[in-house]
Amino acid sequence: MISVTGLTKRFDGAPVLDRIDLRIAEGERVVVIGPSGTGKSTLLRCLNFLDRPQEGTIRIGDLVVDAARASKADILALRRRTAFVFQNYALFANKTAQENIMEALITVQGRDRAEAAARAREVLAETGLQDKADSYPAALSGGQQQRVGIGRAMAIGAALMLFDEPTSALDPEWVGEVLTLIRRVAERRQTMLIVTHEMQFAREIADRIVFMDGGRIVEQGPPADLLDAPRDARLKRFLSRVA
Amino acid sequence: MRALDLDYMLGLVPVLLGYVPLTLFMAGAAMVAALILASLMAVERVVRVPGLDWLVILFISFFRGTPLLVQLFLFYYGLPQVVSFLTQINGVTAAIMGLTLHFSAYMAESIRAAIAGVDRSQWEAAQSVGMTQLQMMRRIILPQATRIAAPTLVNYFIDMIKGTSLAFTLGVTEMMGAAQKEAAGSFLYFEAFLVVAVLYWILVEALNQGQKRLETFLNKAYAR
Repeated sequence: MISVTGLTKRFDGAPVLDRIDLRIAEGERVVVIGPSGTGKSTLLRCLNFLDRPQEGTIRIGDLVVDAARASKADILALRRRTAFVFQNYALFANKTAQENIMEALITVQGRDRAEAAARAREVLAETGLQDKADSYPAALSGGQQQRVGIGRAMAIGAALMLFDEPTSALDPEWVGEVLTLIRRVAERRQTMLIVTHEMQFAREIADRIVFMDGGRIVEQGPPADLLDAPRDARLKRFLSRVA
Repeated sequence: MRALDLDYMLGLVPVLLGYVPLTLFMAGAAMVAALILASLMAVERVVRVPGLDWLVILFISFFRGTPLLVQLFLFYYGLPQVVSFLTQINGVTAAIMGLTLHFSAYMAESIRAAIAGVDRSQWEAAQSVGMTQLQMMRRIILPQATRIAAPTLVNYFIDMIKGTSLAFTLGVTEMMGAAQKEAAGSFLYFEAFLVVAVLYWILVEALNQGQKRLETFLNKAYAR
């Protein structure tokens, strides 16, 4: 069980996240939608402490982190349980595809090299990139880089996977292969929180869709309810624009 | 105008070549020490250790702000009068120390700039998986900063090689000192200093070739 209570993030005094409450059940796949600049990405980044929230509590299993009092150890513990997939892939440029996946297994999980390499090869096979194991990011297409990025996040075995607009930076030709991989991860009932603008994808994959606007959660529910019978006026307007 | 004494010059080459190992040893030892010291200072400048920051800033400011020759004299002739255990230090050690301190100040700034030049996404990716600051620096940021800083650092190494000639002023008979002694005996100053100039030149050109190889190696991961 993952729960977020009263999560607030202000940039220069202006709240970007305004007392967010969110509960995610184990194995639940939640998609966050909303206009740009409404704090969707900031929510994900705060859950991983890439951005530090000022207030609120994040609970993942038995780990409870109070944002106002989070210590270094709290932050590292939280990061170990949340795997992040970046919009711009953010693969380690000095490491091969396989080494990218091995990195956290060695440094954070303390596994030995051979074990980490074996796990990385397993994951690469799942992403369909086994023949790219020794390629550096610069030699991979955008789609391949993002698949490695997803593989890197999968390998950790995190309680929660965070996807921050994973296809937004991709050329259209690569979007399909990345969505296919995310679907495959979702099929295993991996708990995940996805920010995306791909509405069709959201409808297919989500157990629940959360609509955010102005730093708050405005409406949430199963895809069919939220997308086909929206109640909030802002959501209606948003859907009419993206549909 | 008189003709160059070519035979004398050719005869001098093997003599002065014998001092190349000492030149390379001084520059090499100083380079290794300066790289370590500079990396530590650069990392400090990036993460800002309270209480240490002002010390690093002061160090960099002093060693960039004063001439190398003045620093060498201060260490070799000056400090032993104040600090007794330094009287044991010979000219070679003093030169290595001086070169290290002087160039580490410059190199710290280059490395700091190179660290700042590593894309923000690399820091975030390392943080997001829960790596510690030290792991992130050592495994992700510094290796990438090295590639950015390499051309500048090789330039400093070249400066260091040339800087070893100042060891002669500390009584070390290195390549320059040997040339000076030879010239004093033969009175053929132009010939002697021309040979030593050409030898430094060849040494530096050889390094430039090495730099190209180093850059190819460091760019390996970035080939499309």
